[in-house]
Amino acid sequence: MSPSIVIEVALQGLLMGLVYGLMALGLSVIFGVVRVVNFAHGEFAVLAMYTAFVLFTALRLDPFLAMLPVAALFFVIGYALQATLINPFIDRPEHEQFILLVGVAIIMVNGLLMVFGPDARHANLSYSFDSWLIETPFGSPVIVDKVRAYAAGAALVVCGLLFAFFRYTLTGTAIRACADNLVGAAVVGLDVKRLYALTFGIGLACVGAAGSMMVALTDATPMLAPSFTLLAFTIVIVGGLGSMAGALVGGVLIGVAEAMASLFVAPSMKSMVSFALLVAVLAVRPQGLLGRRAA
Amino acid sequence: MIATLLKATPPRARVLLALLLCVLLVAPAFADRYVVSVLVLVFWFAYVGQAWNVMMGFAGLLSLGHALYVGLGAYVSAALFVRLGIGPWAGLPVAILASVAVGAAVGWLGFRFRIEGVYFALLTIAFAEVARIGFDHLAWTGGAAGLFLPVSTGGGGAWWNLRGGPVFFYYLALALACIAFVLCAALRHSPLGYRWLAVREDPEAARALGVNVFRARMAAVLVSAALASVGGVFYAFYYNNLFPSQTFDVARSIEIILAPIVGGLGTLFGPILGAFILTPLGELLIALTEKAGLNAPGTKAVFYGLCLIVIITLAPNGVWPALKKRLGIPQEEA
Repeated sequence: MSPSIVIEVALQGLLMGLVYGLMALGLSVIFGVVRVVNFAHGEFAVLAMYTAFVLFTALRLDPFLAMLPVAALFFVIGYALQATLINPFIDRPEHEQFILLVGVAIIMVNGLLMVFGPDARHANLSYSFDSWLIETPFGSPVIVDKVRAYAAGAALVVCGLLFAFFRYTLTGTAIRACADNLVGAAVVGLDVKRLYALTFGIGLACVGAAGSMMVALTDATPMLAPSFTLLAFTIVIVGGLGSMAGALVGGVLIGVAEAMASLFVAPSMKSMVSFALLVAVLAVRPQGLLGRRAA
Repeated sequence: MIATLLKATPPRARVLLALLLCVLLVAPAFADRYVVSVLVLVFWFAYVGQAWNVMMGFAGLLSLGHALYVGLGAYVSAALFVRLGIGPWAGLPVAILASVAVGAAVGWLGFRFRIEGVYFALLTIAFAEVARIGFDHLAWTGGAAGLFLPVSTGGGGAWWNLRGGPVFFYYLALALACIAFVLCAALRHSPLGYRWLAVREDPEAARALGVNVFRARMAAVLVSAALASVGGVFYAFYYNNLFPSQTFDVARSIEIILAPIVGGLGTLFGPILGAFILTPLGELLIALTEKAGLNAPGTKAVFYGLCLIVIITLAPNGVWPALKKRLGIPQEEA
């Protein structure tokens, strides 16, 4: 096997991993602050894919532009969901929160199945097959798909904006305060429930953006949803639940590992590799690669 | 054992229980094929729900990958039957052993490394997914194309090879559900059962009292996996076909946990009541959408999802505790 193929596939995995990372970032932000595990995360990602797909087929709106309205819409959905359904659950036992979101997930994936059917939907972009050729010393050049590069770039921009928001704005700081010390945050007069709703909205906005990009990269089917949920969880646990940088590192790691597995073993076996990584991380470093202990 | 259980049951509950059992015993003589097939499903979900309840309801361990143990039981017994001609009764211990071994691996990994709560639930899903992908690639069991059991009775006849008709499976499923109920009732009132409750309520306090938390949790996983795998053997020989994409699916795992959650987590009657409520409603919904000419495969699942949300929001303890009060059954069971 020529080295340029290996580099090419690794690069593809890396670019895809950044998009996965953005999706997982939403999960990580929600868990880090609200302490609720969003079991419907992959379902929201697929809903975003379908939303972007509908915008593309009906209005010819490019998925990379549709990203903005979809993210805004998902922010509203997230805010409303937290404010109505999930806020009453924040003091309830963990398994009750989890079961609530399992219910949401089932309704979403089967709702999509009822509306769109089980067939894969493909958004046919004019630049779907454009690519760059990069010369290598190994003889054959490395091919880089332009869509993947655009998606990875957009994912990085969104992540950067999010980092800046949490670091430099007052609201972002207030949200971090809730995550660090809930009682303290309430004592200094922060409206915790509103901040939770905001956080869930932000988390879903990440998913909305990631899902829109994903339409350009893969076909949308409802069946993707549970595997995306698992993928997001794997990434976040490998990177460290609640750590923002961890989500991106985990995304890239899983992206590259899965790409390598589909090259050297079989494409259908690729999630085995991520689960092996998951089990290894849980056993050796349960807080994740970049996570804090007892977080 | 049964005598002490009977003594512990209030007289009112004893009468109701006996009445229910009598009705179910004579039901196949009056009910038509369709009702019998729905009741088989009810008993099956009551049975596997009971198995899952041992982990979540008794020991407080949320497993979202119970399809793994059910599926292993199904695949091991079916493969032994199809490939090697070993009948289900001889295959049963092997199937249980396989599930228990995998359960031990999940439990060891989870409890040895203190993987708790949500992380543990994810670990169980991950193991079920690994099994799904693994069986997709295992040629010996037919891979993704599925494993099919011959419908002909072969040498042994209905009883020895479990190749009977609907009524045969009806009584088999009823027996399974009853056995699981009695077994779980006995376990629940045994020293181990009290240790489970202690660990569920507060692992640290239980540890301080001298309960070996690791062993108690491990016991819950092993018992639950063993029970679930027997349900899998029944499933394989009742449906005669197995596909990894269905058998180990997350959706199957969720179907298994519905009845105990709706009926009442940690109660003995919860899984049974939940199965009696949900399964007929789900089947009715399918029949209605088919009659209306709608081809909407997700309807039943959407309904189940709504049930989960409504129950967990309004009555997180399930229907049974509320119903028990209505029926005037005083004794605290959970």
